[in-house]
Amino acid sequence: MKDISSKTKLSRRAFVVGTTAAAGGGLALGFHMPADAASARAAAANEGVEVNAWVVIKPDDTCMIRIARTEMGQGTRTGLAQLVAEELECDWKKVTTDSITPGQNLARKRVWGEMGTGGSRGIRTSHDYVRRGGAAARIMLLQAAADQWKVPVGELTVSDGIISHAASKRTISYGKVAAAAAKLTAPDPKDITLKDPRNWKIAGKAIKRLDTADKLNGSKIYAIDVKLPGMLCAAIKSCPVFGGTVKSYDEAKIAGRPGIKGVVKVKETGVAVVADTWYRAKSALEALPIVWDDAANAGQSDAIIAAHLREGFDAAANNGDRRNGDAVKAIEGAAKKVEAIYSTPFLAHATMEPMNCIAKIAADRAEAWVPSQNSEASLAALSEASGLPLDKCEVYRSDPGGGFGRRGGSQDYVHQAVAIAKNFPNTPVKLIWSREEDMTHDFYRPISQAKMAAGLDEQGNLVGLHVRISGQSINAFANPAAVAGGKDMRQLQGYDVNPGEAQLGYAAPNMLIEYVMRNTHVPVGPWRGVNTNQNAVYMECFMDEVAKAAGKDPLEFRRSLMGNFPKHLAILNAVAEKAGWGQPLPPGVHRGIAQFHGYATYSAAVAEVSVSDAGKLKVHRLVLGVNCGHPVNLDQIAAQCEGSVAFGLTAALYGECPVKDGRMASLNFDTYHIMRLAEMPKVETIIVPTYDFWGGIGEPTISVVSPAVMNAIHAATGKPVRSLPLKNVKLV
Amino acid sequence: MAKLNINGRVHNVLVEPETPLLWVIREQVGLTGTKYGCGVAQCGACSVHINGEVMRSCSIAVGDLKAGDKIVTIEGLSPTSSHPVQKAWAAIDVPQCGYCQSGQIMAAAALLRKNPKPTDKDIDEAMTNICRCGTYQRIRTAVHMAAEMPAGGKSAAVNGHKA
Repeated sequence: MKDISSKTKLSRRAFVVGTTAAAGGGLALGFHMPADAASARAAAANEGVEVNAWVVIKPDDTCMIRIARTEMGQGTRTGLAQLVAEELECDWKKVTTDSITPGQNLARKRVWGEMGTGGSRGIRTSHDYVRRGGAAARIMLLQAAADQWKVPVGELTVSDGIISHAASKRTISYGKVAAAAAKLTAPDPKDITLKDPRNWKIAGKAIKRLDTADKLNGSKIYAIDVKLPGMLCAAIKSCPVFGGTVKSYDEAKIAGRPGIKGVVKVKETGVAVVADTWYRAKSALEALPIVWDDAANAGQSDAIIAAHLREGFDAAANNGDRRNGDAVKAIEGAAKKVEAIYSTPFLAHATMEPMNCIAKIAADRAEAWVPSQNSEASLAALSEASGLPLDKCEVYRSDPGGGFGRRGGSQDYVHQAVAIAKNFPNTPVKLIWSREEDMTHDFYRPISQAKMAAGLDEQGNLVGLHVRISGQSINAFANPAAVAGGKDMRQLQGYDVNPGEAQLGYAAPNMLIEYVMRNTHVPVGPWRGVNTNQNAVYMECFMDEVAKAAGKDPLEFRRSLMGNFPKHLAILNAVAEKAGWGQPLPPGVHRGIAQFHGYATYSAAVAEVSVSDAGKLKVHRLVLGVNCGHPVNLDQIAAQCEGSVAFGLTAALYGECPVKDGRMASLNFDTYHIMRLAEMPKVETIIVPTYDFWGGIGEPTISVVSPAVMNAIHAATGKPVRSLPLKNVKLV
Repeated sequence: MAKLNINGRVHNVLVEPETPLLWVIREQVGLTGTKYGCGVAQCGACSVHINGEVMRSCSIAVGDLKAGDKIVTIEGLSPTSSHPVQKAWAAIDVPQCGYCQSGQIMAAAALLRKNPKPTDKDIDEAMTNICRCGTYQRIRTAVHMAAEMPAGGKSAAVNGHKA
């Protein structure tokens, strides 16, 4: 293993569970608070009754369902509420939600479980306990009614939050028995029998989101919008060369500018200007002369990094593999050999809401307002940066304006906001990154290359497959403890032998898939889909190359390798049928197909594209197929599939973060191009659930978008596409 | 000092004339529905109407505005969220994270005011705002749906121009 990185590591510490804290105490009196925090206070004022941790019922029968996971567009809030409501048997029209804070979770010994929302886990790893929470509340509410009426609870029925006793023709609503129910002993969750999902009435349907209204009139408060009494604003620049530090800055040059409250050196790496408004802070920062010490990495470039990765193809040892038979020997002795080298670039998350955080630090209290995918990690970062124990800290939540993996474990902006706010005791300071700063200091999708080789026999059967991926490791940067013994199988996501999470859907008599770690100085992290996107491009595009060499149809060739993978095959067949694979197309239009497994969900896609004589690409149509096991909201699954096409196509068409002089060279949307509406193909989503597992939805389908389109281009031009983005590739 | 007519109300703001309208709307006037996304007129999250035209407020210096300019932000599009575009957006469940949607809605409202029955090509040309969640397919559907709805009567008064 060779490492050319010289990076500044962010310290992390494990989230400590079980410390006591005053729940909800000390909430600052903001006049522009996030809706959820405001609704929590409103709920308290209305004397809603907490039946259990998940369910609060008000006298007017409104059911407030508590949500621990982050909603950042993916629909998890609505999906989790559907699951609770399904078991609760409440009136869906009277459901509201509230996002609990990490301080509340901590104070109650994590009764709401994990808050972190990444890896498409929001629903698939919390469905069981939230449904049991809803069911337990229902059982208690029914028991309370039975006690009041002095009838056996078995004689009661409930529908839409109205409890009925048929024999005596009595009815009572949840709101009337909630107080009595809350005093009962909760049933043991293990003893609760949950509904068969096939009998669901609220979950499993295409129900409207609960959180649309305030996104239509400007009233939704994102963290960037929060205003607090006496609040100051901060703009920051960190050394653009990764690992570099601040040498000096000339504060006198911005003296006398309006509204400036101070200039703060942030750790050793950045400089922040604090002012009464953010625009004044930002424009003063732009006028502030800063001298950087670029340190070791100023000479780094795309060419150096590419060569470093390429060298990994010849390395003697690897950093993890899966193997059966002897692929190298089988390919050497094969009647026909196919070889190709693929590459994918660094990518930025580019959430629409740039990184931001408000911190308010007093002697014995630290508070932060954070758009976070992991509010517990935000709380831990706040505690660490402020030096105050967890029970003296609280994080208030706003739904992030996009996450895509950027706002998870790292919490770099919380550390910075606290470092700045410490200079202004007891004063809230809102740090906002400019778009340029956001693009300069992301935790980028790691760069990689793949050397692919296959051997075919005389009949065109696959006898050996050898994949070697050379690229940067997320774990090596973000979680070195996970790289035990130098092995890092995470980079081979989607190529697992084992079923369940991300299994390769092909078998060959001889197979070797290996990862060679080649780290760079660029900070990396999970980017929506993490390694499935790149690995699907490598495997699925190469499959088309091998099929072509074998003289076989790409779909038929895949089918011949998928006998042991019925779920992979089923979704592949489903999209092929829906898209009319093999049926005639308009002149100039060509199809490509791909399938992949990630986040437990099986995905497949057929793309229809045309390529003009001048090499201009048009993507006409995408048919996406998905089997996520138990679908919770059909319309939100469709929305995620549609969104995944835009996200995947943006990466395929335009996405790259060039490195020049050790720093990122593409710093705003004028060069980091994002696909617009005009380029959006028609997307048709088919959901083919098998109801025997729980899969994720936020990420998996992105992986099949790029390879399906690239394979369609291959079909159109006869030339395989082996590197992304397509804007750099001459298609004809 | 600048005098700005925003959503039918006149605001006197004390600010450097080079300050972009976006930041005056957000920081001096206190309306935060208009979003910062890029600062270079690329993403459209900051879209507002000025005299009925959709404009990217991050790149308009407040000192360059004329006294009579009528500015409408997302908060002023309709007093009851009942503009046809808002109704269609709700019916189709367009937003995901929602951050870009103020700008998308303002762009769509401006398009429909000029072109009440836009074709797909018209929508392609007019709707150039970035949505990172990828709600484009639903935006297209919702624009067509809004075009079929009767124009919202109440919004005209607030807008200061015919809806």
